[in-house]
Amino acid sequence: MNAAVRPIPYLPQVAEIVARREEAAGIFTFRLRLKDPARRAAYRFQPGQFNMLYLFGVGEVPISIVSDPEDPELIDHTIRAVGRVTEGLARLGPGDTLGLRGPFGRGWPVEQARGRDLLMVTGGLGCAPTTSAIQYALQRRDAYGRIAIAHGVKRPEDLIYGERFDSWCAAPDTQVLLTADQAGPGWRGKVGLVTVLLDELDPAMFRGMAMMCGPEVMMRGTAEELLKRGMRIEDIFISMERNMQCALGHCGNCQFGKDFVCKNGPVFPYGEVRGLMRVRGY
Amino acid sequence: MAQAALLDRTAFDFLIQTLITQGYRVLGPQARTGAIVWDEIGSADELPRGLRSEQQPGHYRLVETGSARLFDYVHGPESLKRLLFAPEESLWTVDRDGEIRFNETLPAARPTAVIGARACDIAGMLVQDRTFLAGPWSPFTDPYYAARREHLFIVAVNCTMTAPTCFCASMDTGPRTRTGFDLALTELDDGFLVETGSPAGEAIAARLPLRPASPAETQAADAAIDAAARAQVRSLDQSGIVELLFGNLEHPRWDDVASRCLSCANCVMVCPTCFCHREHDAAALDGQSSRRVRQWDACFTLEHGSVHGGPLRPQIRQRYRQWLTHKVASWIEQFGVSGCVGCGRCITWCPTGIDLTEEVAAIRAQPGLQA
Repeated sequence: MNAAVRPIPYLPQVAEIVARREEAAGIFTFRLRLKDPARRAAYRFQPGQFNMLYLFGVGEVPISIVSDPEDPELIDHTIRAVGRVTEGLARLGPGDTLGLRGPFGRGWPVEQARGRDLLMVTGGLGCAPTTSAIQYALQRRDAYGRIAIAHGVKRPEDLIYGERFDSWCAAPDTQVLLTADQAGPGWRGKVGLVTVLLDELDPAMFRGMAMMCGPEVMMRGTAEELLKRGMRIEDIFISMERNMQCALGHCGNCQFGKDFVCKNGPVFPYGEVRGLMRVRGY
Repeated sequence: MAQAALLDRTAFDFLIQTLITQGYRVLGPQARTGAIVWDEIGSADELPRGLRSEQQPGHYRLVETGSARLFDYVHGPESLKRLLFAPEESLWTVDRDGEIRFNETLPAARPTAVIGARACDIAGMLVQDRTFLAGPWSPFTDPYYAARREHLFIVAVNCTMTAPTCFCASMDTGPRTRTGFDLALTELDDGFLVETGSPAGEAIAARLPLRPASPAETQAADAAIDAAARAQVRSLDQSGIVELLFGNLEHPRWDDVASRCLSCANCVMVCPTCFCHREHDAAALDGQSSRRVRQWDACFTLEHGSVHGGPLRPQIRQRYRQWLTHKVASWIEQFGVSGCVGCGRCITWCPTGIDLTEEVAAIRAQPGLQA
């Protein structure tokens, strides 16, 4: 076997959990650190990329990276305990080890977006990948124009990241808009689909860039609304979710037309996927 | 490529013995449970003689002809895929002793010579190379595939027969092998025309009792291959195929084919280019170690692509559409080449005889229809 195939792309690295934070019921953030010093020093990522996290004896899951790429030695992942692997991961804490492969995929165009207004649209529990781009921009606040975060949930109790939303509200020139499909007592946001929030925005925001993550139907509906309001299709980006097992474009589970979501995505310019997103079961 | 030479029929065993003495494990065609498959052989006597394969949509039978020929069948359900991309294998293992530790499980690839690969098999392998070897089409090399690929010696056989399900001529992948082999044989009445395609092939050929082929022999070989191409009754018109299929994703023909498709995935299993697989953990009973295993999978299974336990393509029409549009259309955008090599195995081995060339032609005949 020649040296060119090493490191073996399927083989995870050992990562240690250095901190754990509870975000909401069943949702937690791990701060991870690769054990191998050379690997740790070489590790780099972009906001919107993902890692494959492996739980001993159970399996691997793709989870997006939510921390800042300028501190690549510490890698944050927000995880919702929803399946066999993530429910097992939920039982781990500081000092425990897991497997990590990555980073994989194409992230958010955060550099291309410099100097522009940013409209971040997020839906439900799918907002974690967008968080990385929001945090990235807020930590370089002067490099971006106005930032609007439009977040929709089904019910008020689905709102996670409460503290983060509060801190984003407090950031300069940053607008946070919330909506719930069904309101409840004490809900102070809007009622309705996330597109109702677009009416709250300064129309000049539609000359900026949009980054979205959430259910596909929500992203599609929002993107079409943005196009109607004059946003250019090349300024709209979405992060897609698919079953990713190898993360290398080898296993085929995440195929979407000509693309492998694991390597050509998960972030796509909307124009690249608009046609197929309309086709049910594709 | 060196000048063609001839190996007498009676000297065929020299080839096998030479390969064995040069350290190769030799896989030859074997008739097993009514079909041609590859298995280890020790001499030419073990090769099946005088067999022809009768193939039709949903039909495969071996028939004895009494001829002395070794390669009159076209191909069986297997392609080179099984020899390079294992149907099931461990990717790595992991132990737990306080913290976890990962271990490589690269296969100890043994030099293996395979006799009787057809042009479509080699074309299929070259397509899979684009998936599994790093290059312009893939950023990552699969080390398991690469190890076996490096150690595979291919003795190709040019087809001088064709099955009614074959359409390699229209896909420009056969019946003559043009590249990707070490040795290529064309069977004549008295012997085998031998061409070399690599330094390893030349090294083996140099040890064989070859004589220069006469012009008549070379012509006879060419004529037989050309006749096989002309005898093909199926074809796939690839013109504008990406636009054709992606412009007809709601065509009623998808419902029609779904009413015949059992979603059994036979077409995927016999396809030389399909690469989809799934991964799972096989944990030891003592809980101290585990193996990461990959296994061939198909876009026809409900689990394929499922997100959060929900199938992405619950209807058969969606799964067949995914398979066909990928195979013959988006594959071209993805890997710069069609995912179909025209071997026709998916037609022969489909229990209900679904014929992809017919499905594409039906959409081409009436584009723009909406279900």
